[in-house]
Amino acid sequence: MTVAALPIPSRTAEAEERPLKLRIANLSFWYGRRQVLFDVTLPVRERRITALIGPSGCGKSTLLRCINRLHDLEPGHRYQGRILLEPGGLDVLAPHTDPLLVRLRIGMVFQKPNPFPTSIYENVAAGLRIRGVRKRALLDEQVEKSLRRAGLWAEVKDRLHDHAFNLSGGQQQRLCIARALAPEPELLLLDEPTSALDPAATAHIEALLSELKSRYTILLVTHLMQQAARIAHDVAFLHLGRLVEFGPAAEVLVRPRDPRTRRYLAGHAA
Amino acid sequence: MSSTLPPRIRRARLLELAFGLFGLLLPGAAAFTLLVLMFDLVRSGLPHLDWDFLSAFPSRRPERAGILPAWVGSLAILSVTAALAVPLGVAAGLYLEAYAPRGAFTRLVEVNIANLAGVPSILYGLLGLALFVDGLGLGASILSAAMVLALLILPVVIVATREALRAVPRTLWEAAYALGADRRQTLLRFVLPAAAPGILTGVIVALSRAVGETAPLVAVGALSFIAFLPPSPLRPEPPYVDAEWLFSPFTALSIQMFGWLSRPQPAFHELAAAAGVVLLALALLINALAIVLRLRARRLAP
Amino acid sequence: MPSVGAEGLSSFAPSAGFLRRRRLLAGLFAALLWAAAALSVLITLAIVAVLIGESLPFLEEVGLSAVLLDTVWTPLFAEPRYGIWALVAGTLTTTLIALALALPAGLALALYLCEYAPPRLREAAKPVLELLAAVPTVVYGYFALLVVTPLLQGLIPGLPPFNMLAAGLVLGVMILPYAVSLSEDALRAVPRELREAAYALGFTRLQTGLGVMLPAARSGIVSAFLLALARAMGETMVVTLAAGQNPRFTFNPLEGAATMTAYIVQVSFGDVPYGSRAYRSLFVVALGLFLCTFAVNLLATLLSRKRSHRGA
Repeated sequence: MTVAALPIPSRTAEAEERPLKLRIANLSFWYGRRQVLFDVTLPVRERRITALIGPSGCGKSTLLRCINRLHDLEPGHRYQGRILLEPGGLDVLAPHTDPLLVRLRIGMVFQKPNPFPTSIYENVAAGLRIRGVRKRALLDEQVEKSLRRAGLWAEVKDRLHDHAFNLSGGQQQRLCIARALAPEPELLLLDEPTSALDPAATAHIEALLSELKSRYTILLVTHLMQQAARIAHDVAFLHLGRLVEFGPAAEVLVRPRDPRTRRYLAGHAA
Repeated sequence: MSSTLPPRIRRARLLELAFGLFGLLLPGAAAFTLLVLMFDLVRSGLPHLDWDFLSAFPSRRPERAGILPAWVGSLAILSVTAALAVPLGVAAGLYLEAYAPRGAFTRLVEVNIANLAGVPSILYGLLGLALFVDGLGLGASILSAAMVLALLILPVVIVATREALRAVPRTLWEAAYALGADRRQTLLRFVLPAAAPGILTGVIVALSRAVGETAPLVAVGALSFIAFLPPSPLRPEPPYVDAEWLFSPFTALSIQMFGWLSRPQPAFHELAAAAGVVLLALALLINALAIVLRLRARRLAP
Repeated sequence: MPSVGAEGLSSFAPSAGFLRRRRLLAGLFAALLWAAAALSVLITLAIVAVLIGESLPFLEEVGLSAVLLDTVWTPLFAEPRYGIWALVAGTLTTTLIALALALPAGLALALYLCEYAPPRLREAAKPVLELLAAVPTVVYGYFALLVVTPLLQGLIPGLPPFNMLAAGLVLGVMILPYAVSLSEDALRAVPRELREAAYALGFTRLQTGLGVMLPAARSGIVSAFLLALARAMGETMVVTLAAGQNPRFTFNPLEGAATMTAYIVQVSFGDVPYGSRAYRSLFVVALGLFLCTFAVNLLATLLSRKRSHRGA
């Protein structure tokens, strides 16, 4: 199956005009001898939220980490298939592709908040400093903008130089979102960003993501069906490393075609 | 009640109790012995410890002798040692923890570092004698001494660096890489600052060992009788700094103490005790600093 | 003004020039780190090269048999003899006395810390052991010469002011913290289940310790004591100050005798002209010392590796 042949999920006119940000085609992945992903093909539309759902251990996070080649940090991994990052069709998995260049275009937020052990300001500025931005005014401006977008500005604007560890868990995760947003990534990978947070902080982050979806392309791994239903446009269901079902959230979550999806959703509704 | 128990079990219980008592006594005995020894050192040394002793040069006459060149030398050597060993050791630790591919070379380096830690310190001294003092022509100087001590503590600094790096959470490395940082940026900007307290603790422990080292300094030609100080590192006219002190002949607290101990007269033994009190205080103080740092770092950890 | 446009490209994308610079720096940085790691190998090579290079001319001149088949060491006399066994005997005697003290005391302490001590005491023990290890060796030398020897002289009439007994005992105290902390690590590496099984069988703590823990941690503990032994062999100041500087082929702890390290210190504390016979003899003794400690360390490493293989 090629990406071109893949059915674009929604047949509404609105969906047709969205170009693709990411084309994942026939992706398989191995950890040592164990195959974790099997022939996954998945389009990700620009400035939409695509949610990856599925039981734990189904390979959601593994898939996410293929996209910015974070698996490269550990030895013993192997990719097969293609991931193309648009525009330009950067062949993410090709051996001659520098993973650093891929990561410069993609931002990521992890399961547990993982701020750097430094000030709030330096956390947000980190991505820009890595890219060689030195001008104080530009840094100041972008830090403020990113913190505003992450909905954290009002809470921290008077203590930007406080240590990031002094923030609450929910605040730390929003700080991590601001950190990922600051270099203006083309694609944002979110790996269960609310799984370590309490319901109030979760609600806050969901609201934030809903706001961000008009400006950013977001790929969200979540185990919360309600979360996918609330904020995602497209939903992909993974089961034992295979993509079982993919389509608009309304279709996959309400009228799933595959029995495995149905069973999973039923289990969650119960 | 216990009289109804079979004798074998009763005996086992008795032995158990005895060992428990013995175990309590043993650390107590060790501590007691040490306190007696310390007490003796302090009792002999304290009467001599005054400002005159700290600010006078050594002398043939015990009542006028002091340790000024000794402690100045110790501090000078220690600072150069740190300046040499810390960058080298941290760099090697970074390489092994973050760069080294799994292979023969890495394995060789690792085995080698473990072995270096077991080489007697006096052999480092002889290496310095042949290589730095005579080979490079640096002479019996502060620089030669510091280079020897730097080689000596290098394995300790490397191991401490690796342990500190390993203690940095994996998620921090990932966050940096996901942001687009390359390995150098990840290490220098994020990982190294996070590991710094751990590395610092290891370095300080290593320095507390270095300050007490005697044998390697003897081998590179330390003098036990010096009546002058190394030239000042500062100059009134540009370029304001001067490296000449690095090439000055040297002594150190440990050497001074050893020199006095080697003399037969009891009066010099008392001076040795006084120098020993200063040396011991310095070594323990540096070590205690490391312990405090570690406890603080543990409390601050997220 | 940076923004994400419809084209989706970030305006913070670094320039090609910046990326080129960054790659260059990364390569430079990696090369520097590699060099630092390689330096440690170079140090070992330098030690071996210096020891062999400086002692070979000496050995060629006097012959290996003059060194290995004699027990009189008087290289600086008018009629020199080079029997290195005189110095090896001193090293062996002091080291064995040290081990005789440190082995039982170290084992008992390690077992106590592992099985008996309340957690709070255990927590406190580590820093104390560390502080003990920080006491300078020359201070231990002072204790041996001026505290322990007079004490022993009170117990053993006729004990000379320089004797190997006092030196060996203080040496034992010196390596004790090291031996304790290494054997404690070995005991801790014993699987929990083994220990729990022993307790479940009704073993007392002492029976568990002696019957289960010690045998299970055997190779780790042996390796710990070998490392401590190597350290005692290479120790210098205590033996120089307390055992005397007279090379004498004897294993009698009540006599004084120079060790290999003591000879090196004694000769190099004077002014040694470069390339002289005294200078060369230093390196011959050093080579002997290096071989001894290296063999013991190697044995320790092999033992602990065997253990980790079995554990895996």
